[in-house]
Amino acid sequence: MGAAISISGVQAGGDNSVRVSIRTDAATVALAGNPNVGKTSVFNALTGLRQHTGNWPGKTVERAQGIFTQGSHSYVVVDLPGAYSLSPRSAEEEVARDFICFAQPEVTVVVVDATALERNLNLALQVSEVTPRMVVCVNLIDEAKRKGYSVDAPGLSLDLGVPVVATVARAYRGIDELKNVIDKTARGEIRPNPRPIEYGPEIETEVARLVGELAGIVADRLPTRWVALRLLEGDEDTLQKIAEFLGDPAFTNNVPRLLEV
Amino acid sequence: MNSIEIRERLSALRNSARVAADSTVSDELVESRYRRAEAIAGHVLHHDKRARGLSWDDWADRIATNRFWGVLSMLLCLAVILWTTIAGANVPSALLADGLFWVEGQLSRLFVWAGSPEWLHGFMILGVYRGLAWVVSVMLPPMAIFFPLFTFLEDLGYLPRVAFNLDRLFQKAGAHGKQALTMAMGFGCNAAGIVACRIIDSPRERMLAILTNNFVPCNGRWPTLIAMSTLFIGAAVVTGQTAIAALALVALVLFGVFVTLSVSWALSKTMLRGVPSSFALELPPFRRPNFGRIFVRALVDRTLRVLWRAIIVAAPAGGVTWILANVYVGDTALLYHASNALDGFGRAIGLDGIILMAFLLGLPANEIVLPIMIMGYLSGGAMMELDSMEALRELLVVQHGWTWLTAVSVMLFSLLHYPCGTTIYTIYKETKSVKWTVISAIMPLAIAIGVCFVVAQAVRGLGLV
Repeated sequence: MGAAISISGVQAGGDNSVRVSIRTDAATVALAGNPNVGKTSVFNALTGLRQHTGNWPGKTVERAQGIFTQGSHSYVVVDLPGAYSLSPRSAEEEVARDFICFAQPEVTVVVVDATALERNLNLALQVSEVTPRMVVCVNLIDEAKRKGYSVDAPGLSLDLGVPVVATVARAYRGIDELKNVIDKTARGEIRPNPRPIEYGPEIETEVARLVGELAGIVADRLPTRWVALRLLEGDEDTLQKIAEFLGDPAFTNNVPRLLEV
Repeated sequence: MNSIEIRERLSALRNSARVAADSTVSDELVESRYRRAEAIAGHVLHHDKRARGLSWDDWADRIATNRFWGVLSMLLCLAVILWTTIAGANVPSALLADGLFWVEGQLSRLFVWAGSPEWLHGFMILGVYRGLAWVVSVMLPPMAIFFPLFTFLEDLGYLPRVAFNLDRLFQKAGAHGKQALTMAMGFGCNAAGIVACRIIDSPRERMLAILTNNFVPCNGRWPTLIAMSTLFIGAAVVTGQTAIAALALVALVLFGVFVTLSVSWALSKTMLRGVPSSFALELPPFRRPNFGRIFVRALVDRTLRVLWRAIIVAAPAGGVTWILANVYVGDTALLYHASNALDGFGRAIGLDGIILMAFLLGLPANEIVLPIMIMGYLSGGAMMELDSMEALRELLVVQHGWTWLTAVSVMLFSLLHYPCGTTIYTIYKETKSVKWTVISAIMPLAIAIGVCFVVAQAVRGLGLV
């Protein structure tokens, strides 16, 4: 579990009063998700902090960080701004993309809204192409139930190939299990194996060829399939970031630079 | 390999790929993902057939975001809030005034009993205390009703619906749809609204939102507007006084939105040219607000903070105003030298010298404009016992020649004039541009003077006052 960041003091808020110090025993956990799915509620439930939550999409403009411990292990939780996709269309989405792809947290938790599962899964599927160390947290299952919906969490876990935990973060329901699953995933006791998304024969042939070509450039620093797909897509902004990341061997260890707002 | 070499190798690889143009690949990837998401959702999401087809919040949303009903319900909502505020504030305002002026009487006796000199009594009681008493009794009750109602709507998730309804209009004005959201934030506090403009990515559209945020009344201005509307517009009719006062305020807010859109449109055709960009705005579900939290946030964060800001400035301002009104140069008090100098210009735009001076001195915080105005009038040595809101109205009308036009002009000027000191500083911090900061203050001032001038001249020309 490489070098990670922990916060001395308690609170990292929008007031820039963050004190960052390096500790080697804490792993980083990123909280990602569409806007307004209750990421900040999950964050508060995990860390016991009191970040201001609000019924607004886009409440979290900057990142907030806190700590939880499970057994003898500490985790630094980073609450990312809401994002619909890893191909950013706004500054908030860029912050989320950069953190998940290039800061390479030990575990990425994708919070999805049970009442809008289909749309929310888009981000979860994208994240699963970037990192296998992910956990899906299906939040707001109480609201879904009120609307007559129920989510089959074990089934979702089988379909995605990653662990799934159902929660009602505001009421702390499912949070202990979420902590447990994050801990096991970080320590390698759970090894998620995301099922790859099939993009059709034409694209898959090119991806296979590019993956071979990319091996020498990317090595094991990024998933080659993900880089190949960005190449085919011609996502200039992300490609530029990938080049910067690969050209700088210290990039991953240089997490503080990414963490400071 | 360094970044630049890697970037080149990546580009070379891209060019070697045998697939169609970039955009179609991107679309195919998105489609494949959505097909997968759809399949998974269909597999793991179960719907209970016994559940009702549409729940209450689905219905509420159908109304709140409907082209016609959405706008209507929005206006209705605003009108009901303002009506409740005005109707509810009357009685406690009168009670507070009674109580506080009874205390003034007791304090006066204490001063007399202690044999304190006349000037000390004048400064402390007629200056500082009387000023404070008026601030508290005029401003506290409306705030204590208005802010919880506003916070309730915020918690419920209503504000994004307002943004949704106004989106089309902003698009037409060449601005970003999210500007409707930052504008809604401005109703609370313009400085907060300016910071919220960060959610707009295009620098051009963000600047539009920053420059026009001033045109919606903030917490600091609501009390002034509510008091003016209650005392002069409501009181001008025989029946339905509260309703008329509330409607006047709704009209004023609509005018503010109209100015916001017009200015955005004009700027996007001139200084900030460009086409609006698209965005996704997700409507959060309606959620049951937490009443305890509303109460605390509205009363502690909003009401008491605004009142405190008003009091800490109003107390010394009351004293200073009393001194200015009682120190004579020649045969005129200092206060009137100053206000006389501004009087001619003030009257041309429907105001007078005292009002204009109150707006100037009120630059640090809009909360203190009304208090300074009242003190300017009260401290003129006229030892009038004011015991009700009605008496305040009488004072302004009989002694200082106010008409309904004066009140309308004060409301318009307050709505438009310039952002408060805190907001101007925030604009500078957010834009890092002296030029745009200056424009953000001068432009609204020019508009305020222009609008008030036209209204005053038209009303007088038509012989309506």
